[in-house]
Order: sequence, then structure tokens, then C-alpha cells
Amino acid sequence: MNSKILFKYKSLIGLIGFAVIISFLNPRFLTTPNLLNILRQTSINSLIAVGMTFVIITGGIDLSVGSSLALTGAISAWLIISGVHPVVAFVATLGAGSLIGVVNGLIISKGKAQPFIATLAVMTAVRGITLLFTDGRPLGLGHESNAEVFSKIGTGFFLGIPIPVYIMIIAFGVAYYTLRHTRLGRRVYALGGNEEASVLSGINVDQVKIAVYGISGMLAAVAGVVITARLNSAQPTAGSGYELDAIAAVVLGGTSLTGGVGSVLGTIVGVLIIGVLNNSLNLMNVSSHYQLLIKGVVILVAVLIDRKK
Amino acid sequence: MLTLKEPVLRMKNVTKEFPGVKALDKVNFNIYQGKVMGLLGENGAGKSTLMKILAGIYPTSSGDIFYRESKMQVDSPRKAQESGIAIIHQELNLVPEFTAAENIFLGRNPIKSLGNINWKKLYADAEKLLEHLNLAGLSRKLIKDMSIAEQQMVEIAKALSLNAEIIIMDEPTDALTSTETESLFKVIRKLKSEQKCVVYISHKLNEISQICDDVTILRDGNLVSECEISKINEDAMIELMVGRSLSEQFPKIESALGEVVLKVKNLTNKWVSDISFNLRRGEVLGISGLMGSGRTELAKTIFGVYSTSFGVIEIEGNEIKIRSPQKSIESGIVYISEDRKNDGLVLGMSVKENLSLSSLNQISTTWGHLLNRKEIDVAEEFIKTMSIKTPSLNQEIKKLSGGNQQKISIGKGLMTHPKILILDEPTRGVDVGARKELYTLINQFKLEGMGIILISSEIPEIIGMCNRVLVMHEGKIKGELKSSQITQDNIMRLAVGITEVHS
Repeated sequence: MNSKILFKYKSLIGLIGFAVIISFLNPRFLTTPNLLNILRQTSINSLIAVGMTFVIITGGIDLSVGSSLALTGAISAWLIISGVHPVVAFVATLGAGSLIGVVNGLIISKGKAQPFIATLAVMTAVRGITLLFTDGRPLGLGHESNAEVFSKIGTGFFLGIPIPVYIMIIAFGVAYYTLRHTRLGRRVYALGGNEEASVLSGINVDQVKIAVYGISGMLAAVAGVVITARLNSAQPTAGSGYELDAIAAVVLGGTSLTGGVGSVLGTIVGVLIIGVLNNSLNLMNVSSHYQLLIKGVVILVAVLIDRKK
Repeated sequence: MLTLKEPVLRMKNVTKEFPGVKALDKVNFNIYQGKVMGLLGENGAGKSTLMKILAGIYPTSSGDIFYRESKMQVDSPRKAQESGIAIIHQELNLVPEFTAAENIFLGRNPIKSLGNINWKKLYADAEKLLEHLNLAGLSRKLIKDMSIAEQQMVEIAKALSLNAEIIIMDEPTDALTSTETESLFKVIRKLKSEQKCVVYISHKLNEISQICDDVTILRDGNLVSECEISKINEDAMIELMVGRSLSEQFPKIESALGEVVLKVKNLTNKWVSDISFNLRRGEVLGISGLMGSGRTELAKTIFGVYSTSFGVIEIEGNEIKIRSPQKSIESGIVYISEDRKNDGLVLGMSVKENLSLSSLNQISTTWGHLLNRKEIDVAEEFIKTMSIKTPSLNQEIKKLSGGNQQKISIGKGLMTHPKILILDEPTRGVDVGARKELYTLINQFKLEGMGIILISSEIPEIIGMCNRVLVMHEGKIKGELKSSQITQDNIMRLAVGITEVHS
């Protein structure tokens, strides 16, 4: 437990130290608009990473989230274009995302497939469905009144803070509560810690698996809605590679890929590290080719430091 | 005690401190040429720490090691290996998908001039080593297809191939049947005759008496005694280990048997066939048999882990359709696994979290919100009534001793208020002092009217604790023994498939 807390602080200290250095290098970093910008940019990765945290604590992995984001984004756009009320569209899209997750969960629990390969297959298939559904073209939301309201989810502000940031905070809060203070949360940790023991302790592990992939799919759908609302259109290629950013954030936050260990607080730090990194490289006009290289190196170094303890 | 023998290896004044704990305090330990040294002590006495120092896994805090009178630095497992020290851990370190020969020469394959593996020589050399251990013809067998006893022999062969002079065996017979144990002893005697040294760590005092020449006893990190085995009896060993006398090992109590609580009729599946028996309230029903006779599989079938192809299970006269452990627990059956580490406990979770794992519904609202206060109260109650020793409720369970882990494993089951308690090898890896506490707990459950099924390889335990014994052989019940029929001889006869018993 001690070393875990230590690590949590270690990555937090890393994050703060990094931010301090950047703020000296570039005065624009530590300004309110820029910080809000970072938060808004990280909100998509945050939503996906929160769902991924559940999955990874059980010892699984969910590669399908990026594709799910694209498909659910397209579904939400289609609903809005069809004149559906924004709230109904939002809820229905979440339902669609959860459904993709439940399918993942069923393949993994009832089909006894490896999470990696199961969600890889679903990732590919869902991307295909998205391309078929959109005919490979972006779906614009249009300018009806329901579209105006819907797009506020991505572009709106409340008390000077972007709406997606609120959505992110709610997701963090609910996830933290669920993992720490509910039966489901306890079962998630138990399953990741020792699946056999969980079965013999009377835990319905299939149910828990279906639940975590369902949660992951639902949060991917929330991210899909936010991104569609923000861009005012759904892109069929949206979300490619997002699963990897989310996994990186979760692991940077100290959640172990072998399961049983991890926390939402760690994931918050993880997404912020990636967010600050992206932002500062942009501020300093580093070319996007270098950005990927630097990001890879930072993740590697952070993980290696963790292994050292 | 004065010994005139000169030790081959001498550990002198070895002290090992971990943060906050002194695991070893100026311990002396000797290993003699061609002798078997027994190492005894309760869990936490420092046996493993001492051996890990010898195997180069831990450095010492202070103290010296002398090998053939010259000072030796064992600062890495590799160094230990080069010095001729081999340790055979409880958890064997073999690659399951490789053959015995490949495992023996793992990383040291004989190669031909082009750098490709000389398979012919590999298998010939391995076969020679295995033949030496009375295991001819096994070199091409995959580890995963071997019994634990055979796997252990492969480890020993590997040690010999490394020219080991000192072979440390950590609880080698824990998973072996008595015949397998006998063949292990044959090999140990052979090693002795070749002037090799063996360190034998075990909880089983009768084995120590049988196979060892000398015994070293540790208690709480201190050396209590080193003496020749011929000069000490088992009672004295126990007293030295626990520091107090154990008046009797099995505090058997008589209790009135109640009505039938569990009825099993013609239970049949892939592992067991045509199993029928009754269990009464307040009864301890023993299930004995060799490893692989289907004892654990029977328990897991009753508990709903394995599906049933045929047969009926009744609890208090009501037939139940059990399809999962979850349903079994709801119907009042609890199974406490023989394998705490792999399927009994979640080692990364705390004492409190493990205790409540099967009873989360009791400590949460309908909506699933965990009631923290209630969980703490219930956990504290169990810690008190079962006298579980833990620094706190939030202690990670992997840091507790085997006995305390076992109590928590049982406590987890009890929290569901079972009518039937199935205990599978409850005292495996549990030290002598804690064993007696477990026996007392079992007696208490018996008085409370629980029906108890006790699966055990330890025949004295079966004889000491059970009202009735079923002996299994190849998935079937070979016989039932009552009161005076419950003897070592009868149990062994049935276990190997002989049906006539002496009354």
C-alpha cells in the first residue's frame, strides 16, 4: 500500500515538476485560457481512460473504444439529423456504446476469449460498421435547433469552464465512488486480484466482466458525443489510436496491466501528464513527428521509473 | 550438544533485519557431509529467510558463511549455484511446455559446432540423470503432463546436473502422496550415500524423524537447538518449536449428531462417479484418499464449480440445483480451498476485504453502496472470535502467516452463515501452534451444529478429528470407516483400492 501511495505521488510530483519547467520555458503555458484548453483537450482521453481503468483493474484490456467512439459519434449525429431531441439522442447513444461493451463482455466471459484478441476483433468490426453506416463520409449535424443545443455539449461554457470539463469531472467522481464504495467496485478489484478465488468466493465473475466492458463502452460513447458535438460533425475515422492513449494514461497512473491494482486518482494524473505534454509540445511549436517520438519516450521513462521502485 | 563432526558449510552468527523486523538473530546453522539436516520452525521462525540467504537471494545484515573452512560470499543466486548450492522451492521453477530434459538443461543446452542444439546429447544426458533418480524414460515427457512428484525429481536432476553439493528442499512433500514421499526418501538416501548434503525443511515431524540425521530448530528468528535426530522425539521437537508444551494435538470432543443436513445421491460427472453419502449436523465427515483420487473434485462438484452430469444434492431435505459457487453459498454450502494462494484468497487485498468477499450483500445497501462501518464491525468480530493475528484490518493479506491466512479463508466462508462447511486440507502449510487453534475452531463449528466435511492427506488429522471417514479411490468412494475402524492401516488399504478392512 505504501509503495502504491508513493508511486501515486511520484507521478503527481513528476506532473507538477514538468508543469513548472514548461511554465518557465513558455509564459503562455500558465494562463487560464491555456489551462482550460488542456482540460478540455484531455476530457476525451479522460472519459475513455476512466472506462479503461475499470477494465484494466480486472486484468483485461479494451482496444475497441476508439472505434466505439466513432460509431457512437456517428449514431448521435444521425439521431440529431433525424430531428431527435438532444437528450434522447444522448441517452440512446450511451445505450449503443454500452451495447458494444456488453458484446465485448459476453465474448470474453461466455466465449472465454482473450480480452486483447476479442476487443481487437470488435475494434475492427465496429470501425467497418462505422464506415458502412456513414458511407465513409463525415456526418454534419446541420443547423436545426436540436443540433444547436446538442453542439453545446462540446462547445458550451458554464461559469467560464467548458462543458466537457464538467462531464469529465462527473465521470471521474462517479468512477471513483463506484470503485471505492460499491459492491461492484470491490468485485472488480477481487476479479483482477485473483479470478479463481473470486469464483470460489461466490462472485459472478461473468457479470463483473460484462459490467466493466459495458462501462468502458458507455464512456467511449460519452466521448463520442462530446467530440461530435465539439466538431459539429461525426468523422468516420475519429478515435483511431485513442485506445492507446487511454491505456498509456491508465498505466502512467499506476494501474497494473496484470490486474487487481489501480485507481481513478492515478488515471487523472496519467491523463493530465499526457495532456500537459501534448499542450506544451504544441506551445513550443515542436513538429508533430517529434511529438509522437517524445511522447513515446516519456511514457517509457515513466513506466521504467515505476518498475524501479 | 557436542558434535565431533566437522560441518561442510557453516553459517555463523547470521543476522537479517528487514525494516522493522529482525527475521534472524545471530543464528548458527551447520550442514554436514553426507547428512540430511532437518530445519524446523513455525511459520515466521526464519527458516525461509535463512535458506534464501544461503541461496544468495537475500544478503545478510551481519554474520559469515564458511564453506569447507574458507569464508564465502553468496551475494547472488548465480554465485550460490556456482558454489554448489541448489534450492528446490515449494513452487517449482519449471517451464510447463518444455520436456524434462529441456528443463534440466535450460539455458545450458549442449550445442553442436554450428551453434544448433545437440538434441541427442541433451536427451542422453538427461536420461542418465533421471535414471539415477529411478525415473528412467521420463526425459521426453512434458512438465505439464507430470505429477508434482515427478516435477520435483526433475528439479533434483537439474540440481545434480549443476554439480550441486548441497540441496535444499523446502517442504518437498506437501503435495505428495505417501508412496511418492517414500520414493523421494529413497532418492534422498541415495544422495546421502553419494556424500551429498541435503537440507530438509518440513512441518511434518514424522518425516523429519524418518529422513534426517540432525535437526536444527528455529523459533522467532533465534536458534533454539541443533541436535542429532536420535536424541530427540517428536514431542520435544514441538515443544522447542512453539516454546510451550502441546498437551494433545487433537482436542476431539463428542457432540450429539443432529438431523441430516446434506444428502448426496449418485453424484456423477467427469471426475467422480456414483457418489452417495449423508452428512449430519454436528458431524465431521472425513474424506481421505491419495492425491488425484477425486477428493477435491468431489468437493468442487458439490460446491458447483464443476457441473454434474447425474445425481442429486439435497440440503435439509430440499433438492437443490447447484450450478455455481454463488448459488451454493446462497443454499448454505461453503468450500474452503486447499490452495489459499491460487484460489482461496485475493493476496493483494486487505484482511477486511478478503473476509467480506463472499458476503458483500450483507454489508451493502440494495443499490450496492458498501457500508464501511458495518464491514469493519463484522470483520473485527471475526478477527476476535477466530483470534486472527493481524496488525490491522487493512493489512495486505500476503504478509500474514499461513495459519492466519487460513483462518481468514475460513472466516470468509463463515461470514455467509453456512450450514455445511467443506474444508480442503485446512492445515496445509500451517504451523503446529496454529494447527491446534484450527482444530479447536472446527470443534466449535461442530458444537454449533454445522455439518463439516474435512478433506485431508494427513491421516492423523483424519483419525483425530472425524466421526466418520469416506475413503476415495479413482473417483469413487471405496469404503466408509466408523469409530474404531478409522485407523491408518484401513485408510491406506482403501486408498490404494483394497476393499476389505479390519475392524
